[in-house]
Amino acid sequence: MQSTDGKGLIKTLKQLLNSLLVPFLAILTAVIVGGLIIKVVGGNPIEAYKGLVQGAFGTSKALSETAVWATPYIFAGLAVAVAFKGGLFNIGAEGQLAFGAVTAALIGYALPGWLHMSLPTYIHIPLAVGCGMLAGALWAAIPGALKAYTGGHEVINTIMMNYIALNITSFLLNGPMRDPNPLNLSARTPEIAASARIPRIFSNPLLRVHWGFILALVVAVIIWWLLWKTTLGFEIRTVGANPDAAKYAGINVKRTIIITMALSGALAGLAGAIEVTALNYRHELGFSMGYGFDAIAIALLGKTNPFGVILAAILFGAMRNGATRMQFLTQIPVDIISVIQALILLFVAADAIIRFVYRIRIRDERVVLTRGWGG
Amino acid sequence: MDWRRFAIIALVIAIMFGTVVLVGVSQNSPLVIITSMLATTIAVATPLTLGALSGLFCERSGVVNIGIEGMMLGAAFFGWLAAIYMNTIYHEAAMLSMIVGVIMAILTGGLFALLHAVLSITFKVDQIIGGTVINILAAGITGFLNRQMFFGAGSVFGGQVPHTPGVLPRIHIPLLADIPVVGRIFEQQPIAIAAVALVVISHFVLFHTRWGLRTRAVGEHPRAADTVGINVLFMRYANVIIGGFLAGLGGAYFTLESISSFEPLMTNGRGFIALAAMIFGNWTPFGAWAAALVFGAAQALQINLQFFRELIPPSLAFLQNSYVVGLAPYILTMLILTGLIGKTIPPAADGKPYEK
Repeated sequence: MQSTDGKGLIKTLKQLLNSLLVPFLAILTAVIVGGLIIKVVGGNPIEAYKGLVQGAFGTSKALSETAVWATPYIFAGLAVAVAFKGGLFNIGAEGQLAFGAVTAALIGYALPGWLHMSLPTYIHIPLAVGCGMLAGALWAAIPGALKAYTGGHEVINTIMMNYIALNITSFLLNGPMRDPNPLNLSARTPEIAASARIPRIFSNPLLRVHWGFILALVVAVIIWWLLWKTTLGFEIRTVGANPDAAKYAGINVKRTIIITMALSGALAGLAGAIEVTALNYRHELGFSMGYGFDAIAIALLGKTNPFGVILAAILFGAMRNGATRMQFLTQIPVDIISVIQALILLFVAADAIIRFVYRIRIRDERVVLTRGWGG
Repeated sequence: MDWRRFAIIALVIAIMFGTVVLVGVSQNSPLVIITSMLATTIAVATPLTLGALSGLFCERSGVVNIGIEGMMLGAAFFGWLAAIYMNTIYHEAAMLSMIVGVIMAILTGGLFALLHAVLSITFKVDQIIGGTVINILAAGITGFLNRQMFFGAGSVFGGQVPHTPGVLPRIHIPLLADIPVVGRIFEQQPIAIAAVALVVISHFVLFHTRWGLRTRAVGEHPRAADTVGINVLFMRYANVIIGGFLAGLGGAYFTLESISSFEPLMTNGRGFIALAAMIFGNWTPFGAWAAALVFGAAQALQINLQFFRELIPPSLAFLQNSYVVGLAPYILTMLILTGLIGKTIPPAADGKPYEK
């Protein structure tokens, strides 16, 4: 399959095109169905989509904001994708992301005070981001361990832990970590120190795109390398594909499940930590809402492939970013984006529908995701 | 469900009620406290029971359904919308509007279930993905239509949320409700009563009818069922859609019986807790009902402790924090699922598409 002669290369390119064809048609179909819905409720789909594209790609500011939106989506999408590769369904990205954000904010604003000294950026930024990752990893390792040792299904446990995380962060942001500024009325932390802030790429204040976006692209490459070029990655994929075979091959399945969840949680935590250190400079209650489900959709749309995740995340980021302009121009509520995203997920997951509608007769390998309650 | 599990549940509920009674006894009589807690317990348990029964019919026939949340959310919205339409646009009586609303909610649940059935039975999509699609789709479409219908361009309601026809009235069950003191328990709203009745009906259907036997056969060993002439795909479709109707009724509870308005994402994870209740109940109706009551009691504990927070002794000061007590139902679910209370066994073919 990986041969480098001319025939092999054409075959590889053909395979790549084939694997992109179904997602492309899925997106196209979702956009058409979404347009019909807009039409039915009395809007003008052409104008709406024009506004959407303009808002997402029309100006350099729009492009920069699309990248800003895409950054947490790449990290969170990778988080869910890694779990899928290991045969685990992590619905808990939202809670892990919230813990990553809270921890990064805490290190960001409180550490200089604890140490009675100001920190250089090259120490403070990695510390804040690293602790955020660690928090996400630990939070995700709990359902991983429960799955490995008691068989408690990670779908329910990660959902429950989202609610537990929400309660704990509400408590922290309303209590010990609340911004003491008398003008502050919301549940949020104080601003992090200047030394913990990841800089922006451009000096123009309108362009908010930051180095976190570049980091996201680099991390995607690292995850690809880890999954396909290392022993750990092989173990994760083997356990995901067939836990029984993995066991007989001498892989420690329990340990691999916990590591997979921790890795997934670390990526989700990274999403939160980067949002705090590079964009918002604080954590605010409610910020993490909805990322979990978006991340699932992105991982599935990217076929759990790190590079696919990048493309899917940029698409979702562009849609979220452009939606505001669309609503401004046409009064179509931004929520239509969620409908279109659900439709994309629907058609990607049920690619049989797309193949049936467009009469495509191709076969690529099915991605193994989850296996009921027993697995 | 064996008797030991029921005993544990009864004990847990008794401890939760007892804690609140002990804390609040200096201010209110035990009877008042228990009545208030019972009201919350039933209010919380009703949609959970219906959601769990929904999951039960799907999974007993071999289809995992994590889309209960989305089915309930969609049903809550469209049921409410139908009631408002009947009441405001067609000027029908409030009662009739609400009945139409409930029917609409049930049908909406069925429609989402049909989508799940098509995806997971016909197209053999991973059933967990099918459920996720329904959850995201329901959140998107209700959020979109809620804003578009009432505040969007060309809205039929002209930029404001119209008056809703109210909530379903309490029904006085003859004889039972006439019993002094405890009789009030039997004066409930119709969906709450229906939920309990449906627990009994579901048990009877699943374990004492031919339909139930076939359903379980299809969920345990579809090939064997197929061999003796049971139509596996039909049984799965039918049961998933029945499950959708039940989730739809559970959704109606939110906007037609509990309160008379809709808020985006108002089901707030109840569908997932219903799923956990079903698992805890070991895929039986009575077990699921008992588990739903535990979650209801945990919620009642939280609300009532908040009410009596000044009376909580300093040694139990952590109970004064609503966030700490708010964790109870979720941690309880996790403990239950990790098998601390005993192992649960899903139907053997649960989650596996049937290939002829």
